[in-house]
Amino acid sequence: MKSLEDLKKLRDQALKNMEMRYQVGGTRIQVGMGTCGIAAGARPVLNKFVEEIAKQNLKNVGITQVGCMGECAFEPIIEIVEQDGTSTIYARVNERMVHEIIEEHIMGGKRIQKYLLSAIKR
Amino acid sequence: MLERCHVLICGGTGCLSSHSKEIQIEFDKCLGELGIRSEIKLVLTGCFGLCEKGPVVIVYPDETFYTHVKLRDIKEICEEHLLKGRVVNRLVVTNPDDRKKLLHFSELKFYAKQKRIALRNCGNINPLEIDEYIAKDGYLALGKVLTEMTPKEAIDEMKKSGLRGRGGGGFSTGVKWEFAHRSISDQKYVICNADEGDPGAFMDRAVLEGDPHSVIEAMAICGYAIGANQGYVYVRAEYPVAVERLGIAIEQAREYNVIGKNIFGTGFHFDVEIRLGAGAFVCGEETALIASIEGERGMPRMKPPFPAVRGLWGKPTNVNNVETLANVPVIYLKGADWFKSIGTEKSSGTKVFALGGKIQNTGLLEVPMGTTLREVIFDIGGGIPNRRKFKAVQTGGPSGGCITEKDLDTPIDFDNLIQLGSMMGSGGMIVMDEDNCMVDVARFYLDFTVDESCGKCTPCREGTKRMLDILDKICQGEGEVEDLDRLEELGTMIKEASLCGLGQTAPNPVLSTLKHFRAEYMAHVVDKSCPAGVCANLTKYVVLDNCIGCTKCLKNCPVNAITGSVKQKHVIDLSLCIRCGACKKACPVNAISSKPEDVRGVLNA
Ligand SMILES: Cc1cc2nc3c(=O)[nH]c(=O)nc-3n(C[C@H](O)[C@H](O)[C@H](O)COP(=O)(O)O)c2cc1C
Ligand code: SF4
Repeated sequence: MKSLEDLKKLRDQALKNMEMRYQVGGTRIQVGMGTCGIAAGARPVLNKFVEEIAKQNLKNVGITQVGCMGECAFEPIIEIVEQDGTSTIYARVNERMVHEIIEEHIMGGKRIQKYLLSAIKR
Repeated sequence: MLERCHVLICGGTGCLSSHSKEIQIEFDKCLGELGIRSEIKLVLTGCFGLCEKGPVVIVYPDETFYTHVKLRDIKEICEEHLLKGRVVNRLVVTNPDDRKKLLHFSELKFYAKQKRIALRNCGNINPLEIDEYIAKDGYLALGKVLTEMTPKEAIDEMKKSGLRGRGGGGFSTGVKWEFAHRSISDQKYVICNADEGDPGAFMDRAVLEGDPHSVIEAMAICGYAIGANQGYVYVRAEYPVAVERLGIAIEQAREYNVIGKNIFGTGFHFDVEIRLGAGAFVCGEETALIASIEGERGMPRMKPPFPAVRGLWGKPTNVNNVETLANVPVIYLKGADWFKSIGTEKSSGTKVFALGGKIQNTGLLEVPMGTTLREVIFDIGGGIPNRRKFKAVQTGGPSGGCITEKDLDTPIDFDNLIQLGSMMGSGGMIVMDEDNCMVDVARFYLDFTVDESCGKCTPCREGTKRMLDILDKICQGEGEVEDLDRLEELGTMIKEASLCGLGQTAPNPVLSTLKHFRAEYMAHVVDKSCPAGVCANLTKYVVLDNCIGCTKCLKNCPVNAITGSVKQKHVIDLSLCIRCGACKKACPVNAISSKPEDVRGVLNA
């Protein structure tokens, strides 16, 4: 390390690897990881979310895994809970959709109608 | 792959002794078997503070706080929580007030009243990874001081913060740095005092084990301020984990060149080395410590000259305590005004205490100065276990005194504790309940100082021994009223005529118990009885009327002194009884008492 600038760069990088321990508030993405969810492929989806969020350098977005949400036929299910409490539930999520959800919903602030649980159930 | 979960396992000495290292290995194995090892990060951290509930494991991002985790629980945590996202409820910490499970550890009352500055990273980061320390703004304060401040400005900032030494003396850190700064010499030294010999204290150990870099960074800052390029950490060899982690941290810091030559390209050099002590209490005294590093016998010498003038190898030396140093980087990051705004007017900042004895939550805590003893013992500490009554709390270890119920609402700071006839000391806090005999407690501490006196001064070497003899006599039932006066006379003399802090404070536990619990001493010498039922020669074990005749005591008595049949009240034959207390421990209904009749409470015993 040669200068204070080097240190700051290293800090920002290192902090990224630890961010999940310090997030407060913000948006939460909850991935249903019941047996049903896992069987339907929730784990790669969960990992994809972690990866995308880091890639896009999103602050204030946390990911947690939750148990079965009771709609096992539509797994993998994810729920996005905004800071103000509004919730959106997407169903039959796959890895490919993760990128779209991050870009349009999380970053763009628009719900993707066709992926909503309510739309798919109909 | 980026991890989706971080599992933090407490690697403080308390939890290590209940196998947290093995727990980490088991996690590694189970996660491997489930095929999700690469998705989960395992971190062995420093002490979380809640040692009573160890081993402790926290799962992020959920903040789930698992306590008393056993090896056989790991598989379940991995399968249920880490794989399927279902919290393992039976291991989640419960709220002591309403017995509800607390999902987030921040809800715990134990943490609610705390403010963690010196312990800011303990239990939060991996002490073996400098990157994690840097992520939490580590070495930024050093960079700031080196590039933006002159040594004089750095000292002024420290003076302004009001930080006072946490090693016991409470001397202004900034003023001390200024003394060393003013001494003119070709060579100066910085020493970190990590001797921590006070029985029952483990604050400094926790900092070294959980956040060693904060101490290294602070030493470098101090070096810059006073003009030293070499630092030594004097740590007792009895702290193997601390020594190991500190050693690794120093290596990493050198590799990153945050210590070493030409730090941050500023031309400032500073290096740190470890010096091991053999674990003598007196070697915590700064002049004895310096002698010990020089390879001499660890004995205090006269001051002045102070170490800031003539210290290690005759060169100006600044000695600071571990916890003092742990506060330093934050002061430069957040500013002296911020630090000054915490705590009381004359004692700014926080203090770490090691809470032990008769207390629900044994462990490590950090509170703003000015917090009351009652808050520490009852709110954070969770009060006295087994529905016993609080009797006294000893602060300042073997140099301090006891504080009783009537003074519990005093805000804790350096000056208030001295007013109460005790002292802050390094931060050991031992709680005593109605089952503690205060004469016995005083004897315990004196026994310690008699062993630890270096022998240089006659009053300390001989005087404390004579005091101990008198206390032994009293506990055996052979004391007389005049002995109490003799204790006081001797104690006062030793305090006045001893060279170092050890002798000057050694009589304190006796003098303060004599002051607050004279009646208990009188009971020993006049009535030949020990009201707490502790001193063997002065107690009688009796079976009370609430005996249910379960025969447990009878089976546990090693000398067959108890007779009785099922469902009948049992009887102890006092001519056979050796007063070992085994029956009292065995009784499920507290029907055995060793206390004199007039002080038996509702709970007997
Ligand atoms: C008998 C005795 C034991 C001491 N033990 C320690 C100790 O274990 N750790 C410590 O930091 N200071 C200890 N001190 C205080 C040191 O002499 C010194 O005041 C302190 O290290 C200065 O650091 P500070 O200003 O940061 O508190 C002890 C003093 C005496 C008289
Ligand atoms: S007071 Fe006691 S410990 Fe201190 S120098 Fe004298 S003999 Fe040694």
